[in-house]
Amino acid sequence: MLIEQLINGLTLGSIYAIVALGFTLVFGVLGIINMAHGEIFMFGAFIGVMITSIFDAPLWVAFAAAILVTAILGYFLENFALRPLRSKQGVSHLAPLISTIGVSIFLENLSHHMFGAGNRPFEAPFAEINFQIGSITVYLVQIVIFVISILLMVALSFWLGKTKAGKALRATAENLETASLLGVDTKRIITMTVIIASAMGGIAGILVGMAFNSVNPQMGLSMGLKGLAIIILGGMGNVRGAMAGGLILGLAETFVVVYGDSGYKDAIAFLAIIVILLIRPQGLFGKKITT
Amino acid sequence: MKRTIKKVAQFSALASMLALAACGGGGEQTSGEADGQATDGGVVKADIGVVSYLSGSGAAYGEAITSGLELALEEINAKGEVEINLIIEDSAGKQDQALTAAQKLMNSENVTALIGPTLSTEMNVVGPEADLNGVPTIGTSTTAEGIPQIGEYIFRNSLPEALAIPASIDKAIEKYDAKKVAILYGNDDVFTKSGFDTMKAAAEEKGLEILTIETFQKGQSDYNAQLTKIKGLNPDLILASALYNEGAVIMDQARKMGIDVPFVGGNGFNSPEVIEIAGDAADGLIVATPWYAEKDDPKVQEFVSKFEEKYGKKPDQFAAQAYDALYIYAEALKNAGSNDRDAFRDALAEVKITGILGDFAFDAEGDVIMTPTVLVIEDGAFKVFE
Repeated sequence: MLIEQLINGLTLGSIYAIVALGFTLVFGVLGIINMAHGEIFMFGAFIGVMITSIFDAPLWVAFAAAILVTAILGYFLENFALRPLRSKQGVSHLAPLISTIGVSIFLENLSHHMFGAGNRPFEAPFAEINFQIGSITVYLVQIVIFVISILLMVALSFWLGKTKAGKALRATAENLETASLLGVDTKRIITMTVIIASAMGGIAGILVGMAFNSVNPQMGLSMGLKGLAIIILGGMGNVRGAMAGGLILGLAETFVVVYGDSGYKDAIAFLAIIVILLIRPQGLFGKKITT
Repeated sequence: MKRTIKKVAQFSALASMLALAACGGGGEQTSGEADGQATDGGVVKADIGVVSYLSGSGAAYGEAITSGLELALEEINAKGEVEINLIIEDSAGKQDQALTAAQKLMNSENVTALIGPTLSTEMNVVGPEADLNGVPTIGTSTTAEGIPQIGEYIFRNSLPEALAIPASIDKAIEKYDAKKVAILYGNDDVFTKSGFDTMKAAAEEKGLEILTIETFQKGQSDYNAQLTKIKGLNPDLILASALYNEGAVIMDQARKMGIDVPFVGGNGFNSPEVIEIAGDAADGLIVATPWYAEKDDPKVQEFVSKFEEKYGKKPDQFAAQAYDALYIYAEALKNAGSNDRDAFRDALAEVKITGILGDFAFDAEGDVIMTPTVLVIEDGAFKVFE
């Protein structure tokens, strides 16, 4: 029982973490909250459903297609919703936030029209592979999700910390103009960041589709809000913080159900976040901002 | 309270006077015609007003209802025992628009009776007004508690949840000798919440042990935590008050983790979509329904084939309930022998017919007396549960 719930919590937490990684990447570089991230994640899930159910294609094709489509969505997001606002004078710092909310509403309605309002099942044989340990059923997907989330975290940390592109990205995050004066192609860096974050949303979408066998146009909203809460909990723009925050929220939600009342699941999980933030306002891994 | 009633009465009297004044000569003409209708040639003629959800997000319900009514109308008028004229108005699923439409039908169109608004929330505002005006009204899709109790002119032929859920729980207990149940419901939806109240009351009444009550929210995709908890408690049955969209996913995740006990669902869970979404995992879902299109009854099969021919799709329960409602009205009209509202109401209360939903009668309050069909999903199809 307890071990099964632990697995449930880790699976949910890993998914939250992957969603939050996408959030934190965009926030870290651009300093904006990308409210369309949840919907891009939902689109990735739908692409996976379509590829596997309509074209009967193998899973790796579904992954490739979802990554491709969400990357393209990310490119459009940057080009049409974010960049035009960045280059103009006198634009409110809240404008990009509102603009991404607009994109999220557009994408949700678009998927309503394209895929219908109901739940779509994810028909992949891979999602059925499981093994028994005693009375516990463990699905391979659950393990894969956990591993992918760890891999993504490690890869992102390495990329940001050690590679040249990562350093350029951090320089851009520090100061756009200075980085550009030092020879960093900031336009390219920003576009690349949004694309990578979106593609990670797409990966998370497919994983959720396989784990829970449920994909619908509304799933982006709740996932997006959870992702937002997690990056605040973990520390804005911090990769390890997103991972830890995701796991904490996933486990907290699961164990509220185990030991308490499922009706208070979200309430208690978010209450925990508020308490943590009262003690550490900068988030778990965030740095204190000194002025 | 008394003062409010008085005010409402005054207002509606004023409103109806205004409405009469507004249509002037037209109004007189209608009532003059109505006098002639009752006596001419022995065939009772009557205008019946219909308020239905014809535009907006629930337009599919209104479409099904009016399709069922139109099909019944053709057959009834062709028989020639009574002559009915339907006047259809759109409520758009809104309380105020439903009330305006009903007032127009009652006051300026001078209809004998109404066939009710689609939603229970709409009926809660139209019902008291119709009762006050003494216009008999039948709901064909209103399943909430307390609808026929609005007044003595308000009836329904839609199967209330309070009848459907205990019927399916009863059968499931009988078959599986169930003693312990777990309940799972959506706590952010009025419909699933009221279904849960009915389930809990039924389970307590049958002396079932309720192991746990778990909740979920709309659009949630992960139910593993709740289901693992339920699995650990080993129930004989799971009672789930969910809409089919969430319900199907719940069943899928439950079967995946090895929960193989039957599920009992409410009206919202009763949809072929469950099989579409959950596939094999949907096997073992038990629901009670007033309408079963595969029923081995010539009347049912005739209705299904006629409906399919005319509208190009299979009739759902909304079409079937509307179809039967008009037959109930026709029978009442024939027995009343006139289109007078009070005579019609008294005849309606006594109606007993065998329609496509089975044997039908009203109880003293105007609610449904009928035995619902309990269905179970087996091998990917709804079958009668025995």
